[in-house]
Amino acid sequence: MLTRKVKNRLLSIFVFIFFLIFLVYFILSSLNKNILYFKTPSEVFSSVDILEKNKSQSLRVGGMVKKGSINVDDNEIKFVITDFKNEILVSYKGTVPNLFSEEKGVIAEGKFSDKKFFLADRILAKHDENYIPPELKEIKKND
Amino acid sequence: MISIFGNSLIILILLSTLSIIYFSFNSITSLGINISKKIYHLSLLQVTFVVTCLLTLIVGFIISDFSLTTVFENSHTQKPLIYKIAGTWGNHEGSLLLWITLMVFFNFLFLVYGKKYEKKFMLFSLISQNFLILSFILFLFFTSNPFLLINPAPIEGLGLNPILQDPALAIHPPLLYIGFVGSSIYFSSAIGALISNLPAKEFAASIKNWVIFTWFFQTLGIFAGSVWAYYELGWGGFWFWDPVENASLLPWFCMTALMHSIIVLEKKGQLYSWVLILCLMTFVLTIAGTFLVRSGILNSVHTFANDPTRGLYILIILLLACLVSFFIFIKHSRGNSIQGYNLDRGTFILSNNWFMIFYLVTVFLGTVYPIFTEVIFNTKISVGPPFYNTVIIPFVIVFLILMSLGPESKWIKTKFPIRKLLTILILSFVLNLIISVIFKSTSLISNLIFITSFFLIIMSFLDVIKLIQLNKITLISRSVSHLGFGLLILFIGLNHNFSKEYDVNIKTGEIKKLNNFDLKFKDLKLTNSQNYKSIIGNFELKDNDKNFIKELKPEIRIYQNPETLTYEASIKSTIFNDYYLTMSNLQNSEYYNVKVQVKPFMSWLWLSVLIMSLGGFLRLFYKR
Repeated sequence: MLTRKVKNRLLSIFVFIFFLIFLVYFILSSLNKNILYFKTPSEVFSSVDILEKNKSQSLRVGGMVKKGSINVDDNEIKFVITDFKNEILVSYKGTVPNLFSEEKGVIAEGKFSDKKFFLADRILAKHDENYIPPELKEIKKND
Repeated sequence: MISIFGNSLIILILLSTLSIIYFSFNSITSLGINISKKIYHLSLLQVTFVVTCLLTLIVGFIISDFSLTTVFENSHTQKPLIYKIAGTWGNHEGSLLLWITLMVFFNFLFLVYGKKYEKKFMLFSLISQNFLILSFILFLFFTSNPFLLINPAPIEGLGLNPILQDPALAIHPPLLYIGFVGSSIYFSSAIGALISNLPAKEFAASIKNWVIFTWFFQTLGIFAGSVWAYYELGWGGFWFWDPVENASLLPWFCMTALMHSIIVLEKKGQLYSWVLILCLMTFVLTIAGTFLVRSGILNSVHTFANDPTRGLYILIILLLACLVSFFIFIKHSRGNSIQGYNLDRGTFILSNNWFMIFYLVTVFLGTVYPIFTEVIFNTKISVGPPFYNTVIIPFVIVFLILMSLGPESKWIKTKFPIRKLLTILILSFVLNLIISVIFKSTSLISNLIFITSFFLIIMSFLDVIKLIQLNKITLISRSVSHLGFGLLILFIGLNHNFSKEYDVNIKTGEIKKLNNFDLKFKDLKLTNSQNYKSIIGNFELKDNDKNFIKELKPEIRIYQNPETLTYEASIKSTIFNDYYLTMSNLQNSEYYNVKVQVKPFMSWLWLSVLIMSLGGFLRLFYKR
C-alpha cells in the first residue's frame, strides 16, 4: 500500500508534469502561429501553396531593390524586389528604413494580393551599409 | 611598435594566468590556512598586464596607428577623440580584450574580498576562473588578435560605422560587459563550492553581493542599449526582440532568479543544488549568447564582422564550460531532499524562479527556433514580437500578483491582511477605470495588466513608506526594485497601447493633416560638422486640440568614412509624451518619407528602470 505521503508526492509530480507539458505545448503552438517565413521571389514563383498559406499568415520577401524601380507619390511607395531571376512588385504605405535604396538588400513583410503583387506593411533593411541578404550572396556567388 | 608591445603583454597575461593555475593547484595540498602571498602577487601582476594591454590598444586608436589591422578597419584620423577611445570596444577584437580585462579584474577582486572564506573553496574557484581566462586569451590570440600587423601600414583607416558614433558607445558596452563577465565569478565559485564541499549558507554569503552587483550592471547595460536603440535606430521602439537583445536578457533572467533563490539559501540552507545550477547556467548562457551574436549564425542590428572560425572557438568554449560544469555538478552534488513547502516566504521567492525560467525558456526557444528550422526543414523564418507578446503577457499578470503578495508573507506562518489587500485591489480597479476613461478603449488583457501593476505599485510603495517610517532604510532595496518593476510594466503597457504613429510622404513647404495634428515641412538646411555633413529638416507639429506647436528637426547625416547615411530622429520629450519624428529621403523623388510618433510616458518608462536598478544598488550596502 502506498502511504499518504507517497500518494501526495506522486500526485504533485503528476500535476507538475501535466503543467509542464501544457506550458511547452503553449510555447510551441504560439511559436508556430507567429513565425514569419522568408522567401525569395523565385521561391514564391516555384511554390504552389504559398499564396494560400499567406492568406492567414504574413510573409517576408527578400531580395534587391531593382534599379530605377522606386516610384513615390504622396501616400505610397512602389518598388520592385528582384533576385535577378524573378521580380515582385511591392506596394507600401509607411516609413522605409534608413538604408532603403535601389540596388540594396531589402526585406518586405506583408501579404500577396496575387503572385506578382505584394502589399507590404513593413520594410526592413539591415543596418549595415554592405548588407545583402545571405540568400542573395549565394545567388551572386553562383552567377 | 605597439603591436610588439601588445603581443608581448598578451603573452605575459597568458603566463601569469598559467602560473596562477599552477600555484593554486600546488597550494591546495599545502598546510596553512591562508592563501599564499604568491598568488595575490601574481593576480596583481595579471591585472596590471591586462590593463596595460587594453590601454595600449586604446593608445593605438588615439594615435591612429594604422599598422594595426583592428585600428585600420575601425578607425579614421578625422574621427572625434571620444569615438577613437570608445571605438576601441566598438569592434570584435577590442571588445574581446575588454571582456578579458574585466574577467581578470573580477578575478582579482574576488580574491581580495574572499579572504574570509575557506581556502580550498577559494583556490578551486580561482583555478576555474583562470581556466576561463585562459580559454578566452587563447581565443583572442589565435582568432581575434587586436595587435595584428598590416604591412605596409595604410595612411588612412576605413572608419567606424557611423551608427556607432554616438556617446552611448562609451557607456553601453562596458556596463553590459560588467554584467556578462561578472557572472563568470559565480560560475567559478559554484565549481569551487562543488569540489570543496562548501556549506550552503557560506556559499550564499560568498556570492550574494557578486550576483547583485552584476544584476545591477546588466540591468543598466540593457537599459542603456534600449535608450540608444530608441533614439538611434529611428523605429521609435525600445525593444525589438532582436537576437542580441535576447542574448542579453537570458543571463538577466538567470541573475534575477539567482538573486531571489539565494535569499532562501542564505536563510534556510535550502535549494543549494538549484542555486548552483543557476550560477553555472548564467555564465553558460552568456557564452551561448556571445556565440549566437558573433558567429553570424543569427542576423541582428549588432553587426560584428562575422567569421565562422570565431564561432567555432566560442562553441568549443561553450561546450567545454557546459560539459565540465555538468560533470563536476553530477560528481560532487549531494542530492537535496525535496522538502514539502508550506505557503511561506520561500514558496513565493521560489515562484519568482519558476517564472524567470519560463521566460528564459520562451525567449531562448524564440531565439534559436529559426536556426532549427533552417537546419532541419531548410526554411528561413523569423520570430517576431507577436510570439513573445502572446506567450509572455498572460504570465506577467500572474507574476505581478505573486510579486505583490510575496513580500507580505513571512518565513514562518503567514497570515495575509485580507482587508488591506482588498482595499488596494479596489483602488487599482478605480485607477484602471480612470485610464480607460482618459484613453478610451483598451483590451481585456491590457486592463488586467494595468490593474495588477497598480496593485504591485501601491503595495511596494506602502512598503517603502513603512520602512522609512520604521527607520529601516537598509531594508528598502526589495520594495524599491519591485516598485520600479511595477511602474515599468505599467508604463510599457500604456506606451504600447496608446502610442500614435503616422507615416507620410511630404515635400518641402507642404502641410499635411494627421488626425488632430497638422504637420508642416518648413524647409531644409545644410550644415557641416567635423566628420559629416547633414541635411536638417525643419518641421512644425501643431496639436489642434491642445493648441501647441512642437518644432522638430530631424537630420540626415552623410558620413565620408565610410561613406554612409545615417538618420537622426528628432525627439521632443514633455512630461507625458515624447514627440518623435524621423525623415528619410527617397531616391528619384522630391518627397521625403516622414514618420511622426507620439509616445506617451517614455521618460517615465526610463525612470522606472532606473528605480528598479536602484534597488539592487541599495542592496549592495546592506549589512546584516
